[in-house]
Amino acid sequence: MSARRRFEVWRGDAGGGSFVAYEAEAGEGTVVLDAIHEIQRTQAKDLAVRWNCKAAKCGSCGAEVNGRPVLMCKTAVASLPADRPVRVEPLRAFPVVRDLVADVSWNYEVNARIPPFTPREGIEWRMAQEDVDRIEEFRKCIECFLCQDVCHVLRDHRLHDRYVGPRFLVRIASLEMHPLDGADRTPLLAGAAGLGLCNITKCCTEVCPEGIHITDNAIIPLKERIVDRRYDPLARLVRRLARRSG
Amino acid sequence: METHEHDVLVIGAGGSGLRAAIESAEAGARTAVVSKSLLGKAHTVMAEGGVAAALGNVDQEDRWETHFQDTLFAGKYLNNWRMAELHAKEAPERVRELERWGGVFDRTPSGAMSQRAFGGHTYRRLVHIGDRTGLELLRTLQDRCVHQDVDVFMECTITHLLRSGERVCGAFGYWRASGEFVVFRARSVVLATGGLGRIYPVTSNSWECTGDGLALALEAGAELIDMEFVQFHPTGMVWPPGVAGLLVTEAVRGEGGILTNANGERFMARYDPKRMELSTRDVVARAIFTEAREGRGGPHGGVFLDVSHLPPETVKRRLPGMYNQFLELAGVDITKEPMEIAPTCHYMMGGIRVEAETGATGVPGLYAVGECAGGMNGATRLGGNSLSDLLVFGRRAGAAAAEAARSVPLEPVDPAEVAAAEAELLAFLEGGGDEDPYALHADLRRTMATHVGLFRDETGLRTALAEIDELKRRARRLRVPVPERRYNPGWHLCADVRNMLVCAEAITRCALERTESRGAHARLDFPELSEAWGSCNLAVSRRDGELSVERRPVVAPDELEPLVAARKEEEASR
Repeated sequence: MSARRRFEVWRGDAGGGSFVAYEAEAGEGTVVLDAIHEIQRTQAKDLAVRWNCKAAKCGSCGAEVNGRPVLMCKTAVASLPADRPVRVEPLRAFPVVRDLVADVSWNYEVNARIPPFTPREGIEWRMAQEDVDRIEEFRKCIECFLCQDVCHVLRDHRLHDRYVGPRFLVRIASLEMHPLDGADRTPLLAGAAGLGLCNITKCCTEVCPEGIHITDNAIIPLKERIVDRRYDPLARLVRRLARRSG
Repeated sequence: METHEHDVLVIGAGGSGLRAAIESAEAGARTAVVSKSLLGKAHTVMAEGGVAAALGNVDQEDRWETHFQDTLFAGKYLNNWRMAELHAKEAPERVRELERWGGVFDRTPSGAMSQRAFGGHTYRRLVHIGDRTGLELLRTLQDRCVHQDVDVFMECTITHLLRSGERVCGAFGYWRASGEFVVFRARSVVLATGGLGRIYPVTSNSWECTGDGLALALEAGAELIDMEFVQFHPTGMVWPPGVAGLLVTEAVRGEGGILTNANGERFMARYDPKRMELSTRDVVARAIFTEAREGRGGPHGGVFLDVSHLPPETVKRRLPGMYNQFLELAGVDITKEPMEIAPTCHYMMGGIRVEAETGATGVPGLYAVGECAGGMNGATRLGGNSLSDLLVFGRRAGAAAAEAARSVPLEPVDPAEVAAAEAELLAFLEGGGDEDPYALHADLRRTMATHVGLFRDETGLRTALAEIDELKRRARRLRVPVPERRYNPGWHLCADVRNMLVCAEAITRCALERTESRGAHARLDFPELSEAWGSCNLAVSRRDGELSVERRPVVAPDELEPLVAARKEEEASR
């Protein structure tokens, strides 16, 4: 079965751009990335697009298709309304490099500031499967940054300097809930990570291609942790005494 | 021109490159990693089933000797025995180390790292997490790396190695985003560029796997070995067309998946009744190919792989990635219906010839590690051995490169060499050529699939060589029609195609030379394994601009002979 569909692909750079119309094959099973590759091969040989595995495992080909952040490699063209062209544009929460490629380097800077896994001293390297299962959900993250793209704190309010975004709250959760980790990241969470800026609209969870329950399983438990540790009256008293004696 | 100076330059940021960089930085060397993609996107993330290490957590009898023997049996004894020994001995410690760096793996009831069965491994040996072990490994190494003093250069492609006399003293490349050129000067250079699957049309490999390191090494004077041994993974998706070639992890069979043909027959009984679905990859791949070719295949040219007899919850928990992959990409619920699969180009056993202990190539200052290095796997690679390979030899090459850097000066870069590298890339953009890189790439892939695939013969291989010659001629006129330097994939493909042509020729020449069938190399005109070929590898080097193939004796230290003899005897008595 073969069918041609119209695509409107954003072409441009940091100075501006516009949607350019193309046609591509969209037979059964065709995903948006297939169409983009066909356009690249036949009509726009310099069309900039970032991709790697084409198997939804590397998280490179994030883009906005019909206004929604998705992985192009797992978005079937057949799942998109047939009565209008398929619109493809880069992730908008980040600066554009060219065409469909966004500059996501900010995310790597954020990641480098998160204290790494720090095993507690003198532990035995044993873990229960249920502890593994709990953080495994977070470790499934393929860093496609779709959650960062959809998050209104980053996308609309542009608070990139005050908020690390859902991806890195998931990352912190994976470390904080690691049964053998001994570091305390609550000062980071309450401070520079900007956990309080998340107001739990769950947009991130909706777009996660790995199905990670970002808000429910990572962000909310982290918020509770802050409350427990920082606002627990006994803990506050201990902290105050510690400060005085120090 | 933008220039960076380091003690150790690692080219490639997959598992082997990152492991090398970590070791190099820990040894105190000023270390850089150059990555063709973004960090954490390397093809290592596609490794699914696990990392092989004789920890004995599940089967306590497992020891390094058995792992060594399994590796050699699969490799049909063409492996560099010393590499296989070091690999089997050191893999357990490398895996434990990953856990100490924060890697998280599935557990046994007592809380130790669990291990699963895999084709060709005598014992349950693969440490894993679900079916996304490669991602876990890469993420763990990535996080270790960024918290060390390693300079990471993302989306930067190296197109030439720079030399001072015989010694490699740096590399030249371009930034994808800007198209500007960059020079890296270094005392030691480690190639960790991965595989070359993109020379075949049906492959599990990502766009990056274009054999860059192999072409760079040959150009710098190093040798390649075992290039005739290309692994076709038995189980790749066949439908829909957009995902053809996408890997279906061997863990599906490890967890009890059954292979059947269109008649419902469990055909592996005719090919390897003892190991059945868990035979070595070359045997299973040829069996599947043969079933389909002889008319017993499914609607899309594959055969069937079925786990629907297992409890649905087990499938979803043990194979979550596969469950989602088939549901989302093919609309198939694997807990209810079989998958249709066929072989897909997956891994290059051959690669740059290296010294086992250090990863040193024959060229001073140049090291190689991971899939782009050859020797470890011989004629076939066992599943799970690639992840352990990159940990064991990544660490070794990183250490050796850092150690050597202490006593080597930072050699000057030859401006003429840089100018030539620059001119070559600019010709793809501004020259007078008219050959389309996408079309040339497609033609190369067709040639390789038709003549240098799972089954080969002299006529086909000679045809392939003639076609490759013609493609090389056309490649001199490569040009992308849009003279845009910023993030121009058509431009980048020109340089990649150049590398792929070199690799394709090396594979074809070796395949023609080896007149026997062994491991992944199957000759229709020489269907038997030949004793005489069992003790030599084929080495490719560049002589006066042309590729030449020579025989080299297998590295087989005497003290390992008893282990090998014992395994051969055991197999003979079966």
